[in-house]
Formats: sequence, C-alpha cells, structure tokens
Amino acid sequence: MSIFINDELCTGCGSCTETCPFVGIEIIDNKAVITENCNFCGACLDACPVDAILIEKKEFEVEKIDLSEYRGVWVIAEHYKNIVHPVVFQLLGKGGDLAKELEVNLTLVILGANFDERLEEFSLHGPDEIIYIKSPILKNYYSDLYVQALIELINENKPEIILIGATPTGRDFAPRIAKRLNAGLTADCTGLEIDQTTRNLLQTRPTFGGTLMATIRTPNSRPQMATVRPGIFNSPERSKGKTRIRKIDFNFKEKDLVTKIVRVIERKKNSINLEDAEIIVSGGRGVGSKENFKIIEELAEVLGAELGGSRVTVELGWLDQDRQIGQTGKTVSPKLYIACGISGAIQHLAGMQNSEIIVAINKDRNAPIFNVAHYGIIGEIDEIVPLLIEALKKELNQD
Amino acid sequence: MKIFVCIKQVPGVSEVRIDPQTNSLVREGIPSVTNPFDKNAIELALTIKEEQNAEVIAISMGPPQAKEVLREALAMGVDRAFLLSDKAFAGADTLATSYTLALAIKRILKGSKDKTNYLVIVGAQAIDGDTGQVGPELAEELNIPQITYVQKFELKEKIILVERIFREEEIVIIETRVPALISVLKEINTPRNPPMSGIVKAYKKEIKVLNAEELKPDKRKIGRHGSMTEVWKIFVPERKGEQIILEGTNEEKVQELCRNLKNDKIL
Amino acid sequence: MDFALNDQQKMLKKITREFAEKYIAPVAEESDFNSKLDEKVFQKMKEMNYFGTCIPEEYGGAGLHDDTISFCIVTEEIGRLDASWGITTGVHCSVCAYPIYKFGTEDQKQRFLIDLAKGNKVGAFCLTEANAGSDAGGIQLSAEKDGDEWILNGSKIFATNGGIAKTLLIVAKSGEKGSRKELTIFIVDADTPGYSVGVKEDKMGVRASDTSELVFQDVRVPHENILGKVGEGFKLAMKTLDYGRISIAAQCVGLGQACLEVSIKYANERTQFGQPIGRFQGIQWKISDMACAVESGRLLTYKAAYMCDNGVEYGLASSMAKLVASEAAMKAAHSAVQIHGGYGLMKAYAVERYFRDAKVGEIYEGTSEIQRMVIANRLLRQGANIL
Repeated sequence: MSIFINDELCTGCGSCTETCPFVGIEIIDNKAVITENCNFCGACLDACPVDAILIEKKEFEVEKIDLSEYRGVWVIAEHYKNIVHPVVFQLLGKGGDLAKELEVNLTLVILGANFDERLEEFSLHGPDEIIYIKSPILKNYYSDLYVQALIELINENKPEIILIGATPTGRDFAPRIAKRLNAGLTADCTGLEIDQTTRNLLQTRPTFGGTLMATIRTPNSRPQMATVRPGIFNSPERSKGKTRIRKIDFNFKEKDLVTKIVRVIERKKNSINLEDAEIIVSGGRGVGSKENFKIIEELAEVLGAELGGSRVTVELGWLDQDRQIGQTGKTVSPKLYIACGISGAIQHLAGMQNSEIIVAINKDRNAPIFNVAHYGIIGEIDEIVPLLIEALKKELNQD
Repeated sequence: MKIFVCIKQVPGVSEVRIDPQTNSLVREGIPSVTNPFDKNAIELALTIKEEQNAEVIAISMGPPQAKEVLREALAMGVDRAFLLSDKAFAGADTLATSYTLALAIKRILKGSKDKTNYLVIVGAQAIDGDTGQVGPELAEELNIPQITYVQKFELKEKIILVERIFREEEIVIIETRVPALISVLKEINTPRNPPMSGIVKAYKKEIKVLNAEELKPDKRKIGRHGSMTEVWKIFVPERKGEQIILEGTNEEKVQELCRNLKNDKIL
Repeated sequence: MDFALNDQQKMLKKITREFAEKYIAPVAEESDFNSKLDEKVFQKMKEMNYFGTCIPEEYGGAGLHDDTISFCIVTEEIGRLDASWGITTGVHCSVCAYPIYKFGTEDQKQRFLIDLAKGNKVGAFCLTEANAGSDAGGIQLSAEKDGDEWILNGSKIFATNGGIAKTLLIVAKSGEKGSRKELTIFIVDADTPGYSVGVKEDKMGVRASDTSELVFQDVRVPHENILGKVGEGFKLAMKTLDYGRISIAAQCVGLGQACLEVSIKYANERTQFGQPIGRFQGIQWKISDMACAVESGRLLTYKAAYMCDNGVEYGLASSMAKLVASEAAMKAAHSAVQIHGGYGLMKAYAVERYFRDAKVGEIYEGTSEIQRMVIANRLLRQGANIL
C-alpha cells in the first residue's frame, strides 16, 4: 500500500491536514507531505478539493489464505458463578442477524462445568449450534485454558466471524487468540455490518474516547474477530428452533495452569443501576461543593432520575465511585441526560453521548458540552436548577 | 531481574475536539503526553525496583518525537530507555506492534544471565486506540502468562500475586510466576512526579534507537504488512437532532426547556 | 540566537506547571488567608528538588547551577500559581543556597549547602534593618571578633523566610575604615544561642511567605562561618543580589502571566451589551499592554540568565529585568482587576490576591527607584552601547 501527493495539483490549502487524525500529513513549503504517522486511512483523500492525493490500495505481498474455507458466526460466552454475562445474549441477537445475511450458521461456544441443564435455555436465543466445552476446572475463568481450547476449536471449525463481549474477560483472552492465529481483532465495537460484495465484516468502534469513529475491516485474515461493547445490541426474542448441541470433554489438569486463582473477593452489590436508567441527572465541578449537590439530587428526585457525576466529583469525594459516568466510569444511554456544571471533557462525553436527549446547564458558554447538548442553558447552577425544579414540579403536577 | 515497561506517546485526548463547523479534528496545540495508564505501569516498575533491586527498561515504538515519553520515564527513574523507530514500523496495528516490541525485549534479554527472570508491565490500554490488545498479544509473542486489569500487585521471590478486576462486584486474587506480563489499571498507584534532578539527569542519558536494521524483523510481520486490521474509514459520530441554546431570562429559559421536553415526550 | 526552549527546558516547564497546578494551586487561597505555607506542599516541593534548583546534584540539588534559564522557567511556573511559594523557594535558592555554592568553602558547603539544597533546612539572606533599607550603608548589626569567634548583636527586619529559616546569611558590620563601614557575611545557624525570631509581619500580599524580624543577642559565630573574607560583605552581597534579582524577576513574570491568563479567560467569557467584553477596544488594549509588558520582562529575565550562564557580567541586565518584570506584574495585576470589574475585588476570584501579591515585587531586593539609579549610573558612566 502506498500513498503519494501529486505536487502539481497540490495547492497547499491544508484541508488534508485538518482531516488527518494521525498527524500523518503536513504542509511544508506550501505542499502536502506525508509523515511517518500516516496510517493509510484515506481521510485526506476525501478531503482534498483538487484530488491531489492517491492511495494505491494494492493488496499486500502476503500469503493469501483461502477465505472461503471459513464459514459461520461464533459467539463466545463468558460467565461467573454460572451466570452468563448479558452481552452474550446481545451478541446472539446481532450475531444472528449477521449469520442470516451471510447465510451461515450461528454458533454459541461456552466453556464451563455446569451448563448441561442450561443448554436448552440458551438454544432459545437462536443459535444453530451450541458447542459446550466441559471440564470441572472451567467453573472459573482461566486465560490460558480459554485460549488453548478455543484455538483448537477454531482451527478445526474455521468460523469466519467471532464475536466476544468487550469485558475484562473478553478483552483478556481475545487478543491472545488473535495473536496466535495472526488474525485481526477489533476492540470495543459499537457497530457491525456486512460488506455485501466481499462478505467482509465492517467493525465500527469509537476512538479518541469517542470523538471519532473508525470502521475497521480485516480483509486478509480469518477469523474476523471483534470484542463488542455491552449494551449496544439487543438480545433476540426467544423462539424455539433447531439447535445442534455438541459437548466436548476437555481434559485439563490443574497442574498445567499457568495462573492460579487464590481467592475471590466479593464487593457489595450496589443498587445503583445507571446503565438502565431512563433519566439521569448528572453534576460536575460546576456544582461547586458536596453540599450544593443537594439541589442536583432534588432535581433528580423530581424527575424520578438516577444521579450521576463526572470523574472530578468522585475524586473530590462529592459522589460515590459507582455514580461516575465517563470513559473510566459507566457508559449510559438514557432517554434524558441533564448535565449540570459539567464542562464536557471527552472522557465524560464518552460515557453519555449516546443519550437520546442531552440538556446542559453551565455558566461557561464555551464549554464543549454545548456541542453535544440538544438543549443548552447558559447560566449559574445555583440560579437555574432551583427554577427548573419549580417548573418541573408544576409541569408534573399538572399532568 | 529486568522489568520491561512498554509505553506509548498519545495525543492529550481531553484536548481532542471536533470543530463543529468543519466537522474535522482540531489538531492545533494538542500536546502529546505519555499514555496515563503507562505512567502507572512505570510507577509500579519503579516501586518493585526500589523494593527488590531490579533494572527497569522502558521501551516505546513510535516516531522520533516519542523520545519525549522515554525522557519522562528516565526522569521518573527508569534505568534505560529504548525507542523503536523506523519507517517500516509505521502503520502498525496491535499485532505488528506487539511483534516489534517482543523483538526488542528478546534482544535486550540476550545479554542477561537468566533469560527467564523478567517481568513486562504495560498500561491496561492507550487512550487513543482504547484497544487494550498490545499487552496480551505481547505476552503471547513472548510465550509468557498474562494477567490483565490489575489493580494491586505483590512480588515475592518470583511469585506474583495480583488483584484483578473481574466484574464490578468481584475481584479475583491470582497467582503466577515470573516471567509474566501484567497490565495495570489507574487504581494501582499514583505515579510519582519526576523531580527536577531526575529531569536533568534524564537529558544526560542516552536513549538508544533501534531501527529495522538492528532488530532484524520478519518484514511480513511489521508495520502495514504485519497488520491484519485496516482502517476502512474515519468519521465523526453524528449528533442526533438539532442543538439549541435557550435564550432569555433564567425563568424564560427554564420554561422553554420544559416546553421542549414535553414536546419531545420526555416529560 | 535561538529563542526557543530546548527539550530539557520544555520538560522542566511542563512538569513544574503540572505539579504546581496539582498541588500548589488548590491550597494557594487558604495559605494566603492563614499566612502560612502548606506543610504537605512543602514536603512535595522538597521531593521535587525545588529547594535546590540552582545547586549541583553532588550537593543534593537539581543540577541547574549552570542553567539559570531553566531556574527562571521553574521559578516562573511556581510563581504563576502562588507568588508566596515563588518567593520562598526563589529567595531560598538564589540568595542563600547559591552564594554558599558560589563563594563558600568546601567545608561550608558540606555543613550547610546540602541541607539547604535538599530542603531539610530553609535559608534566608538578611541585609535590611530598621535604618538600612535602600541605604545598605546604614547597617548597624555588629560583629565583634573574640578569639576565633565573632559575636553578633543587633536585629534584622523584613527577612524573607526569616521565621522559618535554619540557615541564614547575615550581613553584619565587622569594622569601620574611616567613614566607610566594613561589612562581612556570616552563615548563622538558627539554633545558635542568642538568636531569636521576633515579630512575624502581617502583610498585604505574599502573605504565606514568612517575613520576620530577627534578633541577635551575643550570638557567637565561628570564624569558619564567614562567607568569603572579612570585609568582603558588601561585594558579595551585591553579587548575590545580582543573581537573586533574576529569580525575583522570574517570579514576577509568573505572576504577570497568571494575570494575563485570567484576564483573557474572563474577557472571552463575560458578556455585557450583548457581546464578550474582549471585543471592546478598551479591554483589548489592556490585554495587549499586559502581554507586551510581561513578555518584555520575560525576555529581559532570560537574557540576564543567559549572560550569567555564559560568564558575562550581568548586573545591569538583572537590574533591568527585575525593574521591568516587577512593574509589569503590578501593571498586569492592576489591569486584571479592572478587567474583572466588581468580581476583581472579590476574594472568590484569584485576581484579588494577584493584585496584593504583585506589589512587593516593586519594593524588595532593591526598590524600583534603586534599580533605576543603578541602571542610570551604569549607562551614564559607560554609555548606551553597553546594552
């Protein structure tokens, strides 16, 4: 693959440098020049008004594998204490759609010790096949065992697509498998589509904390692997269908394990469920103090909303850790998100920008939150929020 | 014992913005920083070094300007720093990156008496790519066990004991042995500020640059060629609906908001 | 002539700024209110080597003894967030630790410099007395030789760091040659019997910086504690102040920079008459004048630092730097308050403190009047082409 600039056409306008997310092109002496950082993504090509940029999408001189050998969509399950993570069912939903489009089978792969009774229940979520790798040791998650067993299975069965939940577990074993197979893996996908002409999986994911979306494909490797963000896709409707069940007894020995589980610590389960909340009222540094959060709480109460906050409010001790929304906190997508005194830093937006309606209240007119808010009020929290509480009380009583 | 810390220079993501008028990335004046998780990794390595007399080696793959993050690592106290830089390495995805990093580690280990007495520490993920894949892929290249998302760490005579996040409600305590790869979360420690004497000393140390000629890679596995994933397109996420800044007195703004929310059937 | 900062300077600037924003900024207001530096910040400053910036590593310092520009950068970044800290470390490093490094014996360096550079002990330099401000000749604190010791009697006022210092450089009158006083600098350990700290001043600005009266009653100091030679006091004091002025200028630049930053932010945010006030020419001119003044101060400071590092005589340069930078800081603070309007008077806004903190710059380490005299005298004697 190579990229070149036609100097004769290039006017040095700089449109390319503005679109390049990688600092891969710069203007020197009024002409565009490619730098080491170029990732061949092609954004500059589209931006150039005089078509001075050319990318030759030559195929690599790499051994081609026979892609047609690979068929089928797989979903790999993860579980804890015999409870399967909800993302697995969401992946069966999306995986099922993909499998239908490709006209191939959908397979659920589950590694465990006690799932015999549950297999029928899983089959209601639509897989054409369930492969159950059984071993008493698999009661718990072991990185090396999952990798070992799945590699064998994949080499034997050659699926074309593998979907795994983007959880600490999924993101632990998926890359190791990808590396061993030299297969492309895309992390934390929020969009999956099939490119009709090539049957390639187009995997869309957020980068730069969600500011920019990237669509990735792996045209020259199989299987095409993706870890998928929980909460994006929907579990399928339950239906009775024909599901072939394969049970495989794997002979793992404890002494072969490279890591040992010493102990599990349970933290108390919190009753705060921001991910499912329909309305969230959230406060940031602009609220001013722990005491001042009372009016934010009141607003939440009036709306029947959950209370959330940006990272700084947790760091300052105004809110508990489990109320933190953002890149290192929770990702939420409520119908209504009211951001009070939140500036809208990328890390926070990453956690809430998929909300249906975003309302922002902030005294700084230049706060980035106003770029994503559907409704913005520029003003002091202390003045606006009490007024809003009163107005809402009236509104809701009238109904 | 050798502790390898793999670090990355990333754009200061909090500064990254989309210009709403041109719908493209605003890149002026965005500083480059050390990936925050990597600082936690360096701090862990230095803590182990202080307790157990190890040599800490920082490695980064990137363009020449990535020397800055290696400088910062030296200023914090790492013993040696290597920059893997070559045009041939550019355009690498996580597969190619982990391959190249592994080559460097293997090469540096060549000089050791005990080639299995080492640890690799990385940050859980980089804030630009957000994949978290290089760690496990590097462990696979080196054929050593991995433990990811670690928030607490202990090392006693080659036995590693960690607390790993499993889910929100569960933490698992896992044991493994050196050599191993650990990827760390921010909760694990607070990275030290490099003192000024550290900074002055750091600029007196040499950062060795290893290029393709020195590392002698399999050309099919580095850079663009070694990358199985390719970026098909980049786009700005669409913002749903219009954006309105409400005007008027405070009372008027609030009334208008309620009206709108009612129309949107939220209330 | 390369005006760009090199990589090391850029990193020092970045790290110091990050450090200052994280640790110094959050407690600046409280420290000002309590007239006391924060203890936790003190410990962190020690760890970062800010008490030994301009001292070589072999004596426990950061190693910037030959890179005064870096010293200025660091002092500016600290002063940007809290002038009190800028003054405390600036004075400690430049007029107590540095002269011992430059003029002290190896024995003195071992006994005093290492603790100073590591921040184990705070340092002060004491010249000013009740009757000797700008007129250094009015010094009355006496030093009388008694065998191999000297006995100090008298008092000093307005000593920066005086109340918290453990190692002090005291300029004393050790003799008289006709009408001329002979001055000698003594290194005094605060634990010496007869030494006590008197009144701690309650000040308008830089309140967290300690300014105290010091009392000497038959304080016995060994002959080995004389910095340089007997009678060299005036010469060494002038050389010390030449260097000190550079760091004071840097601290003033930092304050001026802070004023400029908050003014720009406010001018962009505050709307009146339907637009941000930054669109009004009156405000624009203030911003412009502030920026030019601060930048001039910065460049003069760097030039003086550069000359110092290159062995060129820099007394005139440092005098000009201190004069311009301190007046720039005062001007910037004045404009900043004005731009903020009513809010500029409120304690809730930092600019109020900047205004109070800026004033001292025009007075200490040689008043603006003295600087003008010094500069004029040099020029009148040597001509304009020495610039």
